[in-house]
Amino acid sequence: MIKVKALSYKAGGKKLLDNLSFDAGKGELLAILGANGAGKSTLMKLLCREIKPFSGKITINGKELDNYRLQDLAKTRAVLSQHNTISISFQVNELVLMGRYPHFQQKPTVGDFKIVQQVMEETGITHLASRDYNTLSGGEQQRVQLARVIAQIYDSPNACLFLDEPTNGLDLQYQQQIMVLARSLADRGYCVICILHDINFASRFADRIMMLKNGKKVAEGLPVEVINCENIHETFSIKVKLMECEGYTCPLVVPATILK
Amino acid sequence: MIKNTGYILLILTVVLVLTMVISSCVGAVQISFSELISIIAYHTGLSEHQNFEAQQAAVFLNLRLPRVLLGVLIGAALGVSGAAIQGLFRNPLAEPGLIGISSGATLFAVIMIVLETKIFKELTGVIGFYALSLASFIGAGLTTMLVYRIAMRNGKTIITTLLLGGIAINALAGAFIGLLTYMATDAQLRNITFWSLGSLGGASWPTVTTLLPFVLIPVFGLPFLAKSLNALALGESQAMHMGVNVKVVKRIIIAMATMAVGASVAVAGMIAFIGLIIPHILRMTFTADHRLVVPGAALLGAALLTMADLIARTVVAPAELPIGILTAMIGAPVFIYIIITERNKNNP
Repeated sequence: MIKVKALSYKAGGKKLLDNLSFDAGKGELLAILGANGAGKSTLMKLLCREIKPFSGKITINGKELDNYRLQDLAKTRAVLSQHNTISISFQVNELVLMGRYPHFQQKPTVGDFKIVQQVMEETGITHLASRDYNTLSGGEQQRVQLARVIAQIYDSPNACLFLDEPTNGLDLQYQQQIMVLARSLADRGYCVICILHDINFASRFADRIMMLKNGKKVAEGLPVEVINCENIHETFSIKVKLMECEGYTCPLVVPATILK
Repeated sequence: MIKNTGYILLILTVVLVLTMVISSCVGAVQISFSELISIIAYHTGLSEHQNFEAQQAAVFLNLRLPRVLLGVLIGAALGVSGAAIQGLFRNPLAEPGLIGISSGATLFAVIMIVLETKIFKELTGVIGFYALSLASFIGAGLTTMLVYRIAMRNGKTIITTLLLGGIAINALAGAFIGLLTYMATDAQLRNITFWSLGSLGGASWPTVTTLLPFVLIPVFGLPFLAKSLNALALGESQAMHMGVNVKVVKRIIIAMATMAVGASVAVAGMIAFIGLIIPHILRMTFTADHRLVVPGAALLGAALLTMADLIARTVVAPAELPIGILTAMIGAPVFIYIIITERNKNNP
């Protein structure tokens, strides 16, 4: 689905991404881990075509990113950005309907409304339908935004979904909900690429994990393969301990300082 | 909500037609509704009967109708451009007057008036009027781009910067207008005063027909961008992710909105707050969806300005109140109200 080849990006003479290659397939949830400034956000912007790479190329479904018409691209990939502040008051259902914008010209079809309804049910926000977005809590807002993003690619089975730190600023319950949703979307066949900060969430929900440092790949593979003290120290410059957990293939990661 | 947009627009159209009829009937020469119908029927050849006085017909056709139409056009222009600019800046407080666009347009119009005797002497009549519209259009366009540059950072409007930028531009334009006033002759001075107060007193058939394209293009064009405006409300990169060609859309919105503001400033001077209040009323009453707010703002703006003009020309009859004073008197308190609600919403 997504192939990234020898991707580099420079800004102000500094290499933010350095010869990065990876791919992610249909039905796969790829988590990207890395410290602040590792190049995760730059990678996300490149994947979304917000910025153009210095060298290298990105293809989605065999077609180079640059060759997509903007509207077709919108039907092929959806993006949940990190910051979603809205100063004009929209109702929740109006906002979710915006996800269908690439699909209709002036008037939404019956099908569009149906999809909006279904997505709202699946994300558990039907009861918020006529609420003003700005009066919702952070967790509710994030679910509404996710619903909008899902609506955008709901009827495109080969689409990709980019999530930029989707659990940021949410409490545990909402973090969990968002990750369960992300997982179910991958299970439904989407290719989901997700930037995360929580290593344990990544190992629990992702099929594969890629770790970045200074724009370079530290490790990539199945959670059991890459979650180890060396890789984590290399990526985050902290010492951690691994704790085996029953019924759980990948060990839990705990900062060493906590255990003293 | 979304499904009855057409219904709401229909009601707003009916309201607009009603205000036009009332405004046509009321004034120094009273015309009753049946007389109005008779005048229209007689002059469109539908009826042979003349159930009205000749003076009434003359007043209606030569004075009142162009004035009502001018009010409709300018109200629509201000309403629709206000809605579009608020969408573009992603903020309900952005208004052509507040953020300096109108004063930019006024400055260029004043420059035109004062320099007219020297450079633009040949450009009289309709061409001269077009030149004035063009000048204020350029003024509006330049200030919009300037304000946009000042207030945007990483695809977001910094609202304090936007409003402070507006204050600065208003001050600068004010200073230059002051300078030009100082240089102006008596006749020019009277013209300049007219700009700064805002009035529909200059209404005539030529002004209506010349203004027409500058208003119709944005009024019928901007609703097609309503979807993009909604998407832009989420943020520029979010809009791009949804398939909106942000660069192109922004340029078209700026061009159309400044066209409307520039032309209306050229004809009627500064009429403040219409562009602020109208979209706000629509958002409060119905929805923030630009598919309603943009065309709705044109209709409601037209109705409200026609009504305000009726008050302006009757309340101190036989004299006439500049309409800009009236809209500011109503608009400023509404503005304060909006600020307070925004404050309560953001800092509960």
